[in-house]
Amino acid sequence: MSAVAPARPSAVRRTLTTRPTAQDVGFVAAARSAAVSTLVIMGLIGIFLLIGAWPALHSQGWHFLTTTEWLPETGTFGIASLLWGTILVGLFALCVAVPLGFGAALFISEYAPRSLKGPLVTLVDLMAAVPSIVYAMWALFFLQAHMLTIAQWLSVHFGPMLPFLRVQTPDSPSSYTSSAFIAGVAVGVVVLPTVTSIMREVFAQAPIGEREGAIALGATHCGMIRTVVIPFGRAGIVGGIMLGLGRALGETIVVYAIISPAFGLTTRPLQSGTNTIASHIASRYSESNGVALSGLLGAGLVLFLFTLVVNTLAGVVVSRSRSGASTEI
Amino acid sequence: MSTVLDQETAPTRPPAPGSAEPAVRREVRRVRIGGPDPELVSHVVGSAAGALALSWMVYEQLVPMTGAIGFWLCWYVAFLALFAAMSATSLDRVGVTDRVVGALVTTAGLVLVACLVGIVVFTFLRGKDALSHLNFYTQTTAFIGPEAPLDQGGIVAAMVGTLEQVAISVVLSVPLAIATAVYLSEVRGRLARLVRTVVEAMSAVPTIVAGLFIYSMLILKFGQERSGFAASLALCISMIPVVCTTAEVVLRLVPNGLREASLALGTTHWQTVRRVVLPTARPGLVTAVLLGVARVIGETSPVLLVAGSTIELNADPMHGPMLSLPLFAFTQMKMPLDTAIARAFGSCVVLLVLVVVLFALARILGGRPPGHVSRRTLRRRAQQRQARARRPESEPAR
Repeated sequence: MSAVAPARPSAVRRTLTTRPTAQDVGFVAAARSAAVSTLVIMGLIGIFLLIGAWPALHSQGWHFLTTTEWLPETGTFGIASLLWGTILVGLFALCVAVPLGFGAALFISEYAPRSLKGPLVTLVDLMAAVPSIVYAMWALFFLQAHMLTIAQWLSVHFGPMLPFLRVQTPDSPSSYTSSAFIAGVAVGVVVLPTVTSIMREVFAQAPIGEREGAIALGATHCGMIRTVVIPFGRAGIVGGIMLGLGRALGETIVVYAIISPAFGLTTRPLQSGTNTIASHIASRYSESNGVALSGLLGAGLVLFLFTLVVNTLAGVVVSRSRSGASTEI
Repeated sequence: MSTVLDQETAPTRPPAPGSAEPAVRREVRRVRIGGPDPELVSHVVGSAAGALALSWMVYEQLVPMTGAIGFWLCWYVAFLALFAAMSATSLDRVGVTDRVVGALVTTAGLVLVACLVGIVVFTFLRGKDALSHLNFYTQTTAFIGPEAPLDQGGIVAAMVGTLEQVAISVVLSVPLAIATAVYLSEVRGRLARLVRTVVEAMSAVPTIVAGLFIYSMLILKFGQERSGFAASLALCISMIPVVCTTAEVVLRLVPNGLREASLALGTTHWQTVRRVVLPTARPGLVTAVLLGVARVIGETSPVLLVAGSTIELNADPMHGPMLSLPLFAFTQMKMPLDTAIARAFGSCVVLLVLVVVLFALARILGGRPPGHVSRRTLRRRAQQRQARARRPESEPAR
């Protein structure tokens, strides 16, 4: 890149060769080894989880994925109920985070006055950085009591019609306290900033020409959003939902604080008692050893692969909608 | 937003030659574009007040129901209905839809802000009892029971632990993350796309899985004890992707013209990166590090698995279990005692303040575009120039 071969007689075409200096060779090698080491770390995560989980996976085989109980003492344990609880909590979280995040993203990018936009974006970033222990305390000491009344109201009024809203003893508030529903709502608040910031980013990229065109053709503000902003941001909406799901699946402390562990494929999300993979690991790691510990590592491996798939799909969807243009002078 | 246009149906320029009518100076009516629409404001206020009265009437008087949440939900539904009905008096169907969608979207924005403000205010209110005691910052809870009053014991062990763990993970992960960002943005080798995908995937690794990984590797395989160092390794897994993606964006913002100018002067690639790209992006890189720190400072689940549990002050990260702020809050939260919960909220407030301070710093530094020179630097340079210009006067030229 720095040295050029000496000029030859003009009739012959000059060949340009780059001979990087020793410094450059070292620099590129160092940068490359740093990049490779991140790959290695990611690989190590999978490998060490697999090594640790091997005894459990070996002893249980495919039943590891289909068994609902967790009884390592008797030799039968599996993650079916944990997986189901994780998905249930994730879905409730999306029910809260997606409509709110979608609206909030539209508000920040389309409706908010220009002077408010910057502070609102910072606020969303700040909310994403609030430690999950703070969310957990808020959920346990504030949200739980308030969601309790909503859960009870839903169950008492709609339970007779919709069987999945029923609980065993509808009159006692304690049947609602630690449900997948309340945990899901709390996790929804945790992933709300993630969903909002991804969606806002793509909404802001909707081209100005088309926006003005829609307005010039007589569209209302809402009509412009429906015909220009949302079609251009569709990939971001899907990606934001999936990234939010990925965060929700791995959320540990908030779920741990709310739920009371129960094993079984619950079909009543308003009823107390459910479990997720992450919260199960957090609650059992200290009392487990041997094959039980290996089972926890197996559960962690499944969670790792699950979130990896969800987030890689989301990443592909989002990056398709993102332009990689750099600034030029 | 307050553009003012002169709206005139007939311009006031002199009449065309040949036309017989005299020039009539029409009165200029000013039309405001943007700004609050008085009709909209009156509709919003009117329907809010009407909904309040209606829902009070229905909720409190007619139907025997109680509860603040139900009341406000009822109010909101009534508000939307009244707002739509009121808008329909002056607008057509499309206009009414526009207004109702606007109201829904604005509500979502307000709910987001209310959530954050609510969480912060709630944490502060519950934590202020513990925070008002000076011993909260200077003592540990080692030699007192959990039911001890708040004027005994504190979080100094947790603060020391957090400080050391975060410092170690910064030292370990920042060089790696920034070198990876340099690879992605400056070297752009064949691996770049794969590495970028993997770094994005890494940012999505659940923190508890990061903790499990370190547990499985360091404690199960290599037989180390639980320690602060293991916790900082687990934090690295969360920190590397945050710092790397932010740093890559910042490096990409460095104008290509600067790189080309530097290379055209005959520098090597390394010199360009070292002398031009990294200094230009320095504020942004500092922001990236601060954001990474803000992200990991409150991580609970990885620390929970590998840091062990203690309530004593342990300043040695390599040996023995070590406390940290989120871990302290977590263990105190689980105790069914008011004093323990107050301590947990107190440490949450400390965490929140740390995160906000880091964010403010990142905002102040990262608000500048790359290559921007602050006023203070400009002043300093001007002073240096003046000093250089003055020197020949004091020492006469030879």
